[in-house]
Amino acid sequence: MAKEKTKTKKKATAKTNGVDTQREVEQFLYRQAEILDAKQWADFIDLFTADGHYWMPATPDQTTGEGVPSIFYEDRDLMTVRMTRVGHPHAWSQAPAWGTSHLVSNVVIEQDDKKKGEIVARSRFHMMEFRRDASRHFAGTYRHHLRRTSDGLRIRQQRVDMVNGEGVYDYVLQIWV
Amino acid sequence: MPRKKNGGLAGLVEPDRVHRSVYADPAIFEREMDHIFHKTWIYAGHESQVPKPGDYYTVQIGRQPMIMVRNKDRSISVLYNRCPHRGAMLCGDRHGNAGKAFICSYHGWQFETDGQVRSIPLPQGYEGTRFSTDNPDCNIKRAARVGSYRGFVFVSLAEDGETLEEFLGDAKVAFDDMCDRAPKGEVEVVPTCFRVVQKSNWKIFLENQLDALHPSITHESAGRAAQIVEKDIAKRSGKAPLDYHYLSAFTTPLSKWDQVQTVNYPNGHCILQGYMGLRPTDPDTLEYEKVMRKHYGKDRTEEILSVNIHHVLLYPGLSVQSPLQQLRAVRPLSVDRTLTEIWHFRLKGAPEAIYRRALGYYNLVNSPATMVNADDLENFWKCHQGLASDGGDWVSFHRNAGQDDDDEGVIKSRFGTSEAPMRNQFRAWSDMMAGA
Ligand code: FES
Ligand SMILES: [Fe+2]
Repeated sequence: MAKEKTKTKKKATAKTNGVDTQREVEQFLYRQAEILDAKQWADFIDLFTADGHYWMPATPDQTTGEGVPSIFYEDRDLMTVRMTRVGHPHAWSQAPAWGTSHLVSNVVIEQDDKKKGEIVARSRFHMMEFRRDASRHFAGTYRHHLRRTSDGLRIRQQRVDMVNGEGVYDYVLQIWV
Repeated sequence: MPRKKNGGLAGLVEPDRVHRSVYADPAIFEREMDHIFHKTWIYAGHESQVPKPGDYYTVQIGRQPMIMVRNKDRSISVLYNRCPHRGAMLCGDRHGNAGKAFICSYHGWQFETDGQVRSIPLPQGYEGTRFSTDNPDCNIKRAARVGSYRGFVFVSLAEDGETLEEFLGDAKVAFDDMCDRAPKGEVEVVPTCFRVVQKSNWKIFLENQLDALHPSITHESAGRAAQIVEKDIAKRSGKAPLDYHYLSAFTTPLSKWDQVQTVNYPNGHCILQGYMGLRPTDPDTLEYEKVMRKHYGKDRTEEILSVNIHHVLLYPGLSVQSPLQQLRAVRPLSVDRTLTEIWHFRLKGAPEAIYRRALGYYNLVNSPATMVNADDLENFWKCHQGLASDGGDWVSFHRNAGQDDDDEGVIKSRFGTSEAPMRNQFRAWSDMMAGA
């Protein structure tokens, strides 16, 4: 394993993106998807840096979450409100229980700044949600601004653009997509 | 099935209870479209949605797909979204710019933005027929009446009836309060519309808007969660942003909710007096008040800022939160499905921080990821399920019945949790439904 790793690393330095970074980011995204499907909300929040944001813009042309309408624009504190709400015994909409399945794919490393330890990665996602005998589908693009920390990769900002984000919502999004 | 069939209305509405069929009977829903939504004034949109000539927004008024469009002369027309030739819809997009003319995608008839026919391909084909361009039937049909109050555009599909001002009555305070809070006396829409469907009859939403009995129960989870984090932030850094208060206010005990007041008008409109105390003394607010005094003077500024409104309901289709610059328009889709369109506004001339306050509420409470309406929508669905069942025939509005003050037809609740708004809405409903 270790051998293979050094080999790929070497090969990669000749190109712009390290295969290592590619794999590392993919594994990170898969883990985040798994965390969502397993409803490990605290673990989800812990994937973000202290100044991290989860952002779903209201429209695709937005360039910042500050001062514009968003579907989600949450720092760790607001994420904690969301987590605490769904965990409250009187979060009425949590019954019936519901489930999701996330697929993440088409991972492209847009930037890999080794010096700063910052990575920008674009990917495609598809989420299927099942609640009260009905399925909903949400799909689109993730853009993760990641930072290398002593705990591994952490999210400084996750931007989520859904192809159906401006459509009519048949019921709300209770938790992050 | 409901007890009453075929939309028959006799005996369905009593002063303190209504028969469930008013929510669940599709025939009654059809009658509501004809007698209420196709007659009275319905909100179409805000003028600033269509700033430039040719700009249009499509909007559903009752069952009618309509277009609100800006004309060359700056006036606004509201047209049926239907070509007079063979009936094709004209604008297939939700909004856009038509340029100089609407062009039908089927056979290329062209129309001025005010609906007047402009050109017809090979017009000689109509020679000798009664369908020539001077026949008004060649124009796009216009809404019978269009009115605007401080930039908020309403339409009525009936030729006759009260004027927009008469319809608004005292409830026009919704728009006065919002616009007056702008130093320049005007608001401008933020061009994002959140659209959420409720799987329930439209009236259930309207009743809920003024139901002070539900927030601390329905929204307990959101209120408590926000309160915990709000306290935590305060411990860490002194004071949590106002956003948290929007949610933690839901922990307000029921006894406090009982102290708010509703003022109910004969045509169903209702004003809920404020409870959140949205007049903080932070530097941003003080700065804003300074700007206000510059524009309005001291006394008028005081007058404007002391208006104490939380919510105004304009029956049957609009809910306005003036101090937070937002509104929700109600579009009934079918007896058990209702679309809400949610908009918010900027106060012209106000500092950015004041907009951010409204934005925080829009994002947190009104976005499709709302932690608040998540539980409301769940209740609405449950209500509709219950009302469509044979488990009981009546919906109770007995709370504080007979204990409201009647001020020449205006009903003022003595208690915040009085079901006066529901009783009052059905007073208006009965009047409208009985109309020819
Ligand atoms: S239907 Fe519009 S031009 Fe024929
Ligand atoms: Fe509510």
